[in-house]
Amino acid sequence: MSAYVIEIQNVSKHFVSRDRDRVAALIDVSVSIRRNEFVCLVGPSGCGKSTLLRLVGGLLPVSQGRVMIDGRPVLEPRAETGIVFQSPTLLPWASVLDNVLFPLKMMKRIAPDSPGRARSLLKLVGLEDFEGKYPRELSGGMQMRTGICRALVHDPDILLMDEPFSSLDALTREELTLELMRIWREQPKTVLFVTHSILESVMLADRVVVLSPRPGRIAEIVPVDVPRPRQFGMEALDEFQRAAGRIRELIFGAGRDTVH
Amino acid sequence: MPIAAISALFLVWEIACRAFAIPSYIIPAPSAIWTETTALPGNVAWHTMVTTKTVLLGFLVSLLVSLPLAVLLTSSPLVAAAVYPLLVLTQAIPKVALAPILVVVLGTSELPRVVVTFLVAFFPLVLSIASGLVSVPPELIELGRACKANRWTELWRIRLPFAVPFIFSGLKAAIALAVVGAVVAEFVNSDAGLGYLIQTSTAFFKVQLAWGALIILSIMGIVLFQIVVAIERIFFPWSPGIDKQTL
Repeated sequence: MSAYVIEIQNVSKHFVSRDRDRVAALIDVSVSIRRNEFVCLVGPSGCGKSTLLRLVGGLLPVSQGRVMIDGRPVLEPRAETGIVFQSPTLLPWASVLDNVLFPLKMMKRIAPDSPGRARSLLKLVGLEDFEGKYPRELSGGMQMRTGICRALVHDPDILLMDEPFSSLDALTREELTLELMRIWREQPKTVLFVTHSILESVMLADRVVVLSPRPGRIAEIVPVDVPRPRQFGMEALDEFQRAAGRIRELIFGAGRDTVH
Repeated sequence: MPIAAISALFLVWEIACRAFAIPSYIIPAPSAIWTETTALPGNVAWHTMVTTKTVLLGFLVSLLVSLPLAVLLTSSPLVAAAVYPLLVLTQAIPKVALAPILVVVLGTSELPRVVVTFLVAFFPLVLSIASGLVSVPPELIELGRACKANRWTELWRIRLPFAVPFIFSGLKAAIALAVVGAVVAEFVNSDAGLGYLIQTSTAFFKVQLAWGALIILSIMGIVLFQIVVAIERIFFPWSPGIDKQTL
């Protein structure tokens, strides 16, 4: 048994475009993620970071290499993985509570204590008074919180997040970043978090995987040594600056010859 | 406001008929229509019931056929390529021309009338249900897959609920067309109904009664349409409804 929960081994992914060309999205990506580690995927638009997340989630098949979770190859979506999408993706016809319970209903795992569990998650994100509301009655931030509760309701050990905060305003974004760290502290999980914000990645992650522009390859995996619990204001710390600087250099600064 | 506008229309109509002494066999005055139509209330009510029954039956059949048909159309490109031309064919056939042939085939019962009503009404319903089923955002489909949905649960729990506003916009079009279809069918073959009443009363120059039947048909169309709207509001309050959506 390996020490890693998620093992991405020499994974390549290509898509077949409309005119039958093969377009490479990811080339030879290898990352191993430890249990309860928080890993961010950062890279320019179109570098395949969302694709990599979908490969780990079993939503897309790999073209080459393999993705392993707990030593088993991922061939289809896994029940013990929670996914938060870029948009909240709530069901407009279901109340907040029913939206949170949706995965359990779909997987026929609804139990007598499920609504209680959903309510305690809603309480965790401050939505306890909104369980009967419909998604269109909520603000963007509240919708995203509901989406996060939904991803957590079946108590997954892996949480995949695909730029979850990118559509929110800056204040809500900071708020939710802090909330996510609190949730992760209270209910530790292995998190793979896709973002295009360098600051967000350094704020959240134990390690940041920096991808090069399309086709995506791993430019470098940058460790973040900023002490926890983290809060805004820590951007001034040396550790923060060092990590953020290195990521920025990998994405923008360095010329072609310095990218590994 | 709409009531005021319609009252004003009737008033102008009445005044015009009297002022210009328009012969009642060309355009009767509203008062004359009223007197003539309410002269035999039981008779007119019976004709109305007969037509309403045909409209509702045709509408119901439209819904029952359109739902599975739309699911079939959206299930695979191959099926769509096979079925879609047939659908277009049913729309290309002039229903007025088809109605007498259907009477020969199906007999002089209620059946050919319901079939004509259905043929007139179902097409926009199939199209709007199908477009609802395919316009589910890809992320919702991904969510379903992440929750280990199979084709059936995806349809039942995601695609169909998502299509509800589309289904209702199709139903609103279908109910209005069902009234048209029922009247067309009654013109061709019937011994009762408002379409039949219009035909026989014009034949006997009882123009006031024909106008009365026409007005009842219009009211029927409006009432049935509003019932569909009310069902949507009551049972699917989250649906954006007509105000945010094009028919």
